Amino acid sequence: MPGSLSKVSVHVPEIRISQQPPIGEPEAASVQAPANEVSEVRKYLLSRGNSALTDRGFQWLMTLCALSIFFIVILIGWQLVVRSQLTWHAFGLKFFYQIPIDPYTNLPNFWDPVNEEFSAVPFIYGTLVSSFLALIISVPLAIGLAIFLTEMCPRKLRGPLSFLSELLAAIPSVIYGLWAMFVLVPIMREHVNPLLSELFGWTGVFANDNPTGLGYVSSSVILAIMILPIISSLTREVMTAVPHSQREAVLALGATRWEMIRTGVLRNARIGIVGAIILGLGRALGETMAVAMVIGNSTEMHRSLLSNGSSMAAVIANGYAEAVGDMHLSALTEIGLALFVVTIIVNALARLLMWAVTRGTPSQVH
Amino acid sequence: MPANDFKLRARVRGLTDHLVTALAILATLLVVAPLIAIFAYLLIKGARSLNWAFFTQIPKPVGETGGGMANAIVGSAILLAIASIIGVPIGIGAGIYLAEFGRKTKLANAIRFTADVLNGVPSIVMGLAAYALIVSRQKHFSALSGGVALAIMMIPTVSRTTEEMLLMVPHAVREAALGLGLPNWRSVLSITLKTASPGVITGCMLAFARVAGETAPLIFTALGNQFWSTNLDQPIAALPLQIYVYALSPYDDWHRLAWAGSLVLIVLIVLAVSLVRFVTSRGVLKGAS
Repeated sequence: MPGSLSKVSVHVPEIRISQQPPIGEPEAASVQAPANEVSEVRKYLLSRGNSALTDRGFQWLMTLCALSIFFIVILIGWQLVVRSQLTWHAFGLKFFYQIPIDPYTNLPNFWDPVNEEFSAVPFIYGTLVSSFLALIISVPLAIGLAIFLTEMCPRKLRGPLSFLSELLAAIPSVIYGLWAMFVLVPIMREHVNPLLSELFGWTGVFANDNPTGLGYVSSSVILAIMILPIISSLTREVMTAVPHSQREAVLALGATRWEMIRTGVLRNARIGIVGAIILGLGRALGETMAVAMVIGNSTEMHRSLLSNGSSMAAVIANGYAEAVGDMHLSALTEIGLALFVVTIIVNALARLLMWAVTRGTPSQVH
Repeated sequence: MPANDFKLRARVRGLTDHLVTALAILATLLVVAPLIAIFAYLLIKGARSLNWAFFTQIPKPVGETGGGMANAIVGSAILLAIASIIGVPIGIGAGIYLAEFGRKTKLANAIRFTADVLNGVPSIVMGLAAYALIVSRQKHFSALSGGVALAIMMIPTVSRTTEEMLLMVPHAVREAALGLGLPNWRSVLSITLKTASPGVITGCMLAFARVAGETAPLIFTALGNQFWSTNLDQPIAALPLQIYVYALSPYDDWHRLAWAGSLVLIVLIVLAVSLVRFVTSRGVLKGAS
């Protein structure tokens, strides 16, 4: 309605504005001021009727957009529940912990679409193992990077370095997967895996019986590279939220820089750092493409961390488009549902922890 | 003795300080190294196999060398267009609600929280949802379902950045608009949103860059296509999907194409992210205040 503006500006000079323009809270002014004392301008506008109506309509529309976010989450959850009914009725909760045994060979038979025998155990195991290994690798590095960038780094380096770590977060996971397949996996195969099995072979979890170089360890290395920027940027955000007076107080007591960081910064930011780590865990749990390309995609479960496995997200990515039969689809959907529920819980926990720390400072989107 | 003890302690403290500094620098180098390695490989391998045919031809059958990813580039553009048409308006609307109407209400806080949580839901789950909603009803894979999956992923990012940018608009601007007698909706759309538009656009580009590289939600929605297709109701090729398929294939020629495709994808994304950073670091909204 381009006409309304000019019409108003024509009319306004004739009307005396009865009250001082409100200063401070503009929403309050636009919504509440007319309630007790309606100015002439306001009265004129309201009498035209259309602004009151369109205002309400507009607010309603925007609220609807916002509510759609709720709606989407509920819709996803509901759809996944409906589509996984078949497996739920056939296996129940056992789907997540039972290890089916093949009666003929007496060996575990986790995933057999032909005989409709399904169990999520190897995939849950793969997801947990690769995610936690990734966390073990990336958390010290991420915190080290965050400390360097916030407390030690010369100002000239800070911009480029934080830009680089942001870029790391922007690379699509399929490109990480491509790089891992052709660069990381050969390195792991030739150098790292033999070294690991030589050093830790006696524990039994690093038996080098896999000539491909794929497997849990390779996938957790690439996962670590992928979640590093998330953890480190959130840790930085939390660390910068610690007030400067804390640092100054500790320094004034004669602390060295490390002691200042430890007692003044890390201790104050620890809840937020835990939140950042949990958020990184959430990303690692749901990461699909890079893991699917590197983990080896075996539906068996091995004790050795160097052997092929599969993760929850990877098995969905690899099997869904070619799934045979409703039961197979339903089993994959149920794994997806489990992933959905777990990542929601993990993310909610992380956000609550982060909010507890950075409440006062302006939020950022990640 | 006590004096000696004190000296020793001071020395240990000093050494620890240096050690930690060294460790932090080491960590930084370890983080930067893979990034540089990834970019170096992409540039070397990608540039070597990038040629004009890559942008103009569709994939050749197995065994024939050459061919390109023209259909995948167009397909990605179509999928992203669908995602933006659905996701951007809803996201901006939600952002307007959060910044202008909800502000500090409990509902707004709950929506913020849900948006953040939705942001962390794995992309493969979005694919499952789009499959359940569209593919399994239509009984065939389609570009539309892929676009919807990507749209769902865009909404949380767009809404949160929009909110942030709108909150940066000074109150004086809104007051001025209301003071001129503009209705509230008009003031929000043509004054507040317009003032914040550079920031809102960069937020949309950020979301765009994020979903541009998504593969997982497309595997069983858009499916991929070896031929030209611009039909929204049919399976469609997408750049990240094609990279995935080619990377897993056993043919060297396809690996070459996968590297080239990755280079194209990453250049697009890095351009978008750099632009975002450039605009936000210059303080877009400074002129307004």
